[in-house]
Amino acid sequence: MTMEAAKEYTLSVLTEDKPGLLNRLTIIFSRRKINIGSLNVSSTEVKGVSRYTLVATETKEQLDKVVRQIRKLVDVLGAFVYEEDEITYREIALYKISAELLEKNGEIEELIRNSGVKVVETDKNHLFLEKTGTKEETHKLYLELEPYGILEFVRSGRVAISKSTRKTEAFIKELENSRSNKRSIKDF
Amino acid sequence: MEALLEVKEEKKTITGSEALLKSLLQEKVETIFGYPGGAIMPIYDALYGHEDELVHVLSRHEQGAVHAAQGYARASGKVGVCFATSGPGATNLITGIADAQIDSTPLVCITGQVASHLLGSDAFQEIDIIGISMPVTKWNFQVTSAEEIPYAISRAFYIATSGRPGPVLIDITKDAQQQLMDFEYTRCEKIRSYQPYPKVDVEKVMEAADLINEAKKPLVIVGQGVMLSGAEGEFQDFIQKAGLPVASTLLGLSAVSTKHPLYVGYTGMHGNYGPNIKTNECDVLIAVGMRFDDRVTGDVNTYAKQAKVIHIELDPAEIDKNVQTEVAINADAKEALRFLTPLLLANTHKDWIQEFRDCDALEHEKIKSDALFPAKGELKMPEVIHRISEATKGQSIVVTDVGQHQMVASRYYQFDEIRSNISSGGLGTMGFCLPAALGAKMGSPQRQVIAIIGDGGFQMTVQELGTIMQYNIDVKILILNNNFLGMVRQWQELFFDRRYSFTEMANPDFVALAASYNIAAKKVSERAELNDAIQTWLSAEGPSLLEVVVEKEENVFPMVPTGSSVSDIRLE
Repeated sequence: MTMEAAKEYTLSVLTEDKPGLLNRLTIIFSRRKINIGSLNVSSTEVKGVSRYTLVATETKEQLDKVVRQIRKLVDVLGAFVYEEDEITYREIALYKISAELLEKNGEIEELIRNSGVKVVETDKNHLFLEKTGTKEETHKLYLELEPYGILEFVRSGRVAISKSTRKTEAFIKELENSRSNKRSIKDF
Repeated sequence: MEALLEVKEEKKTITGSEALLKSLLQEKVETIFGYPGGAIMPIYDALYGHEDELVHVLSRHEQGAVHAAQGYARASGKVGVCFATSGPGATNLITGIADAQIDSTPLVCITGQVASHLLGSDAFQEIDIIGISMPVTKWNFQVTSAEEIPYAISRAFYIATSGRPGPVLIDITKDAQQQLMDFEYTRCEKIRSYQPYPKVDVEKVMEAADLINEAKKPLVIVGQGVMLSGAEGEFQDFIQKAGLPVASTLLGLSAVSTKHPLYVGYTGMHGNYGPNIKTNECDVLIAVGMRFDDRVTGDVNTYAKQAKVIHIELDPAEIDKNVQTEVAINADAKEALRFLTPLLLANTHKDWIQEFRDCDALEHEKIKSDALFPAKGELKMPEVIHRISEATKGQSIVVTDVGQHQMVASRYYQFDEIRSNISSGGLGTMGFCLPAALGAKMGSPQRQVIAIIGDGGFQMTVQELGTIMQYNIDVKILILNNNFLGMVRQWQELFFDRRYSFTEMANPDFVALAASYNIAAKKVSERAELNDAIQTWLSAEGPSLLEVVVEKEENVFPMVPTGSSVSDIRLE
């Protein structure tokens, strides 16, 4: 087997909205000692269907095996693994910095103006900044703010939509109409 | 008392426990293996007095109940059902559930749970069995209200039996068992997020047929999937049409008669010489209903590299998992073979098959002649199995435990009847055999069931002698006693410099032990007495036990050492 390099991949898993599923999913990663870099669970445009978006750094070969095991979970409708150019994705980062920086340092004001950062909230001591974008973009801002002192930083799980033409609703219709629920041979 | 199963079910108000039993009857359950306790008492109370409809077998330990359910399922092809209480009752099931998961055995395990208002509070005998069993079940579900019971049970049976079979656990809180509900049952036939039978891809089948038709040295490996799919007939047609030599995995044993002219033996770590060596010489390797376990492949990096691999397998996660395939047919074996066989050209591969026979001759000279027919010295495991095989004409169901005796039985019992081999393959669970054998007898009462166990494994679930006694279950128990954990000892001898670390055993008087359970028993250590002892043991009425004292330090050969190539199989 050829040893390919580990890379960051985005996994998108469509599931029935059932309790316990998160645990079932993560077990598949943890038994292979694969670290989940980020995770997001959300509703979709189809009622009762959830989308899990996971980011993991691994070889494609290994993740393909993981995805095949995920697909086996009874409540999983579909699971897909994507490279970065196959999806549109965003992550939100929040940064808390001291309000004093604004008074003392004109540079911060300029940074905020130029980097597409939103000031979501202020109080007398703090400035709460928000940046939405790719991991590289939110990380770049982190590096820029770091010299001034970041009091708190958090980044959300990735949300991603694939560039494929497949529609979730059509995909689920297809599953509903599929006749692979039983064998076609009768004489068992 | 009112019958549980009425001809026409009318909507009526009953307890959750009664609903469970009615649901089981709707799924045509006849036998339950179980053990009562606090949190499952309402269900046991509902069961009381309904023995004519639902046979309940009281095991002596929950592990015994689940292994018995496994044996029942494997022998009958039906679902094995077991009951256990919450907490330790539930955790005691885990080994058997894990065993069933890895060996694709359909089980429905019902556990009692503390009342729903106590969940998460560390109540007496509360354990998160849903969390614990998640990695080892095909599906599990916690019922906290009686109304969910028909839904849960119908899904449980559908999931356990369809696609690649497996164990399902349903945890029912005590209050849900006691609540009243309106009972109505619909069998589950479809779950949109679960597609157990992928449609056969005809193009792949054609590609596979081309490869087989062009092959000069094809080799087929048969796994348990062929039996789980009920495809034994289709499989015979398949190999016979194209004259394909067939080797078997451990769990595939008995899918094809060992007497079949195309059968070339058991493959894997302690398998036959021919199929192992020839795996690395064949040009097309056709795997049917098997999963390339490391005990089959040895080092995967040197496994069948010269061959084009065709994999017929129902579970998509098994395809390209361990061995890269040229053509994968992701389908049920029976369906796939029905498409494939008509496309094959008639062939015999006479010279190629002769090469396997030459390997057999070498294996016979180096190993079998002495193992099967030793003239002197202490009794050896192979000769005992050989004589039992002769005495039963290969017609019995053979249930084995784990270790040397298992490998010896798999090598030397000449299976001639389908669905006759019940062993713990993937998980390698010592203690599996005795309870699995009693379950197998209940699942297939018309057949003779032989339990072949080592002295170590026997003592892991020896308490099930009590179950055998109470229900007078006719199993013939063979203990191959070397007063050692023989397989571990063998590895210590070969790979750990003969440092026999904690493998020698001081054993009880097995005959006296059996006698205390009122089971006829005899001990043999002399070659001259063996045949008579086997006859007496097999012809006894009801359960009987034969202890054969065998050579203490005998090794099982051939052997593919862990991590070695199948080409490096050792004959000595």
